[in-house]
Amino acid sequence: MSDVSVQEPAKSPPPERKGEAREEGNRWAAYLPTIKTTVAAVVLALLIGALLIIFSTPRVIESLKYFFSYPWDFFKFAGIAVWDGYTALVKGSVGSWNSIERTLERAAPLICAGLGVSLAFRSGLFNIGAQGQMLAGAIAAGYVGFHFDFPPGLHLLLAAVAAIAAGAVWGGIAGWLKAATGAHEVISTIMLNYVARFLMIYLLGKELFQRPNSNDRLSPPPAESATFPQVFGVHTGVLLAFLAALGVWWLLERSTTGFEMRAVGANPSAAATAGMHVQRTYFLAMALAGALAGLAAVMQILGQQDSLTENVAGTVGFDAITVALLGRATTLGPVLGGLLFGALSSGGLAMQAAAGVPPELAQVLQALIVLFVAAPALVRGVLRVKAEGDGGTVLAKGWGG
Amino acid sequence: MKRTARSAAALVGVAALTLAACGDREESSTGSSDPSPSESASSSEPAQSNPDFKACIVSDSGGFDDKSFNQTSYAGLQNAADKLGIETGEVESNAPSEFADNIDAMVQEDCNSITTVGFLLGDATLAAAKKNPKIDFSIVDFAYEKAPQNLKGLVFNTAEPSFLAGYLAAGTSESGIVGTLGGAQIPSVTAFMDGFQLGIEKYNEDEGTDVQLIGWDKETQKGTFTNDFESKTKGQSAASEMITQGADIIFPVAGPAGLGALQAVQDADVKAIWVDTDGCVSAAEYCDVLLTSVMKGMDVAVEEAITASLDGNFSSELYTGTLENGGVGLAPYNELEGEIPAELDAKVQELKQQIIDGELKVQ
Repeated sequence: MSDVSVQEPAKSPPPERKGEAREEGNRWAAYLPTIKTTVAAVVLALLIGALLIIFSTPRVIESLKYFFSYPWDFFKFAGIAVWDGYTALVKGSVGSWNSIERTLERAAPLICAGLGVSLAFRSGLFNIGAQGQMLAGAIAAGYVGFHFDFPPGLHLLLAAVAAIAAGAVWGGIAGWLKAATGAHEVISTIMLNYVARFLMIYLLGKELFQRPNSNDRLSPPPAESATFPQVFGVHTGVLLAFLAALGVWWLLERSTTGFEMRAVGANPSAAATAGMHVQRTYFLAMALAGALAGLAAVMQILGQQDSLTENVAGTVGFDAITVALLGRATTLGPVLGGLLFGALSSGGLAMQAAAGVPPELAQVLQALIVLFVAAPALVRGVLRVKAEGDGGTVLAKGWGG
Repeated sequence: MKRTARSAAALVGVAALTLAACGDREESSTGSSDPSPSESASSSEPAQSNPDFKACIVSDSGGFDDKSFNQTSYAGLQNAADKLGIETGEVESNAPSEFADNIDAMVQEDCNSITTVGFLLGDATLAAAKKNPKIDFSIVDFAYEKAPQNLKGLVFNTAEPSFLAGYLAAGTSESGIVGTLGGAQIPSVTAFMDGFQLGIEKYNEDEGTDVQLIGWDKETQKGTFTNDFESKTKGQSAASEMITQGADIIFPVAGPAGLGALQAVQDADVKAIWVDTDGCVSAAEYCDVLLTSVMKGMDVAVEEAITASLDGNFSSELYTGTLENGGVGLAPYNELEGEIPAELDAKVQELKQQIIDGELKVQ
């Protein structure tokens, strides 16, 4: 993690204009404490996680009862439990090609949806609706995927475009409501999540979406011709997640539209005074965020070949918010955050399967990391690091912003 | 019991490792009942010891503590482990996209038998079974039209015991109105409700009464559903609604959401019939309002599948739990036994025998 983050500023293209040169330099300086606190947050979370492992291992608890007679037992069993758990975590996330595959496949939808949330953040919008946008995308991808019969390639393309468009429409509705009526996007996206969920349940009860000869709420799987080919066991859709990150970076950092988005995010009144279309930007940002969430659904339906069920999106749409927060609304952030969460999820599986650690623990670890990242002052306090610029970032404004 | 066995196993390990005087430890550990799910070391207590055999289980998104079908299936694995002295492994799923990975993780752990829970895992289990012909797979609540040699579906004819429950409810109701509610309109739920309705109709036919069922109509396939297996609030409000309509016996088929219905029943001092497991064991705090429970013996079926796999008798033939093979049944009447007239009980037993003998067909 840290290695990758440290290299990032070096990789970014050389500044072209003088004004930006200083900005880039400042940003590099500003990144350093961010990286420090993020790494520290991960380490702290792992330490607390170790305590949780220790006290959720029956053998350790057992040894506590005679702690004063044989204290060594406690330390030995605790050590074994933590070692087993964390080696399983590492092995299960990056320890073999099989685990790396799994990490990548789990990270891909998180990266896409996380980018969507992050993009909205930069425009000053708090997009809670990634879940609903994903479901809308999943419905479209699934329907095109199993209902039609096109040649391979074309079928995949059409299904993917349908999903992205459906996600964009779902996000766009919230954006339009915000732009046209001032309806707060937090409320409208949360409500649209419900609408998407019940739309899915409704459709899964209809013959159009159900498997033939079945009454279960389960659609047919997408056709082979509509799924991403596998290379070395990873579906090639994963590449799209990284391309999407590149696209979002270009949009936000290099294009006029992206500049408007950032300006509106920083101060909508000033942006309006400067002659920017604030309303149009709101709509566009939400539609793009929805499209990225739709892409996340593409990863699951057309990449992992999931059939539609009411729970098809899992918790990806909500984890995406955490990933975006963890990534501090930068472009690289959600990529790293998504990879970290993908690794934790994949490693969490191995911890469960190989070391018998409760599955909730991997989720608690994720939550702890985010908690520490969200409270940089706490981490700095623990580590006694001086506050040197806190890598602050533009997040959504309050009510009526 | 099984927990003590495992603590004992841990204890033996401790003793062997340290060679110190261990009277102190034994004393402090006896009577402790900490479960040790992660420790599956074979113990000396089970009737058999097969440390080379590993049976594994993958849940669907409910998790193994759902007080419903995941938990019951898991109990089957644990019973098998206790009786056969085998190793176990387990993975809980959070989302459908994890199913294939999770089954694969169990394959990587060298499991000899893998049980998956719920129809949502149907595709992933079939794919894994085809890829790993040496592992015996079984899946709860799913039937394949054509299964490979190493894959067994475990399904349950829950309409049969629900029929008996419906008959019993109709015979016990004082208001002449009974209610049922489902967690979702899916076949594994509505099968209970269909059977329940048929039982009530049978009672009306036999006794010339007019006991009404609210919450489900087999003909129109419409009824009351919480559309949520988790939300106790929804189960509670649906049941309260039925109680205000005069229902004095509620049959919630909604997993954990049904616990909310039991709360409503207890508050209104009416009666209920529980599903899947004996409610007086799994939800003992509501035992005083439970007439009986319609039991779906997923634990028995899972245990049998694992045992067959160990003994080399595994077949891909579909297992259907019926009253005849004991795969489904009615729980004892428990605390409300005194309120059930002897002739009604006799009639229920008679109907049960008729179903077993094939004289009476449910549906």
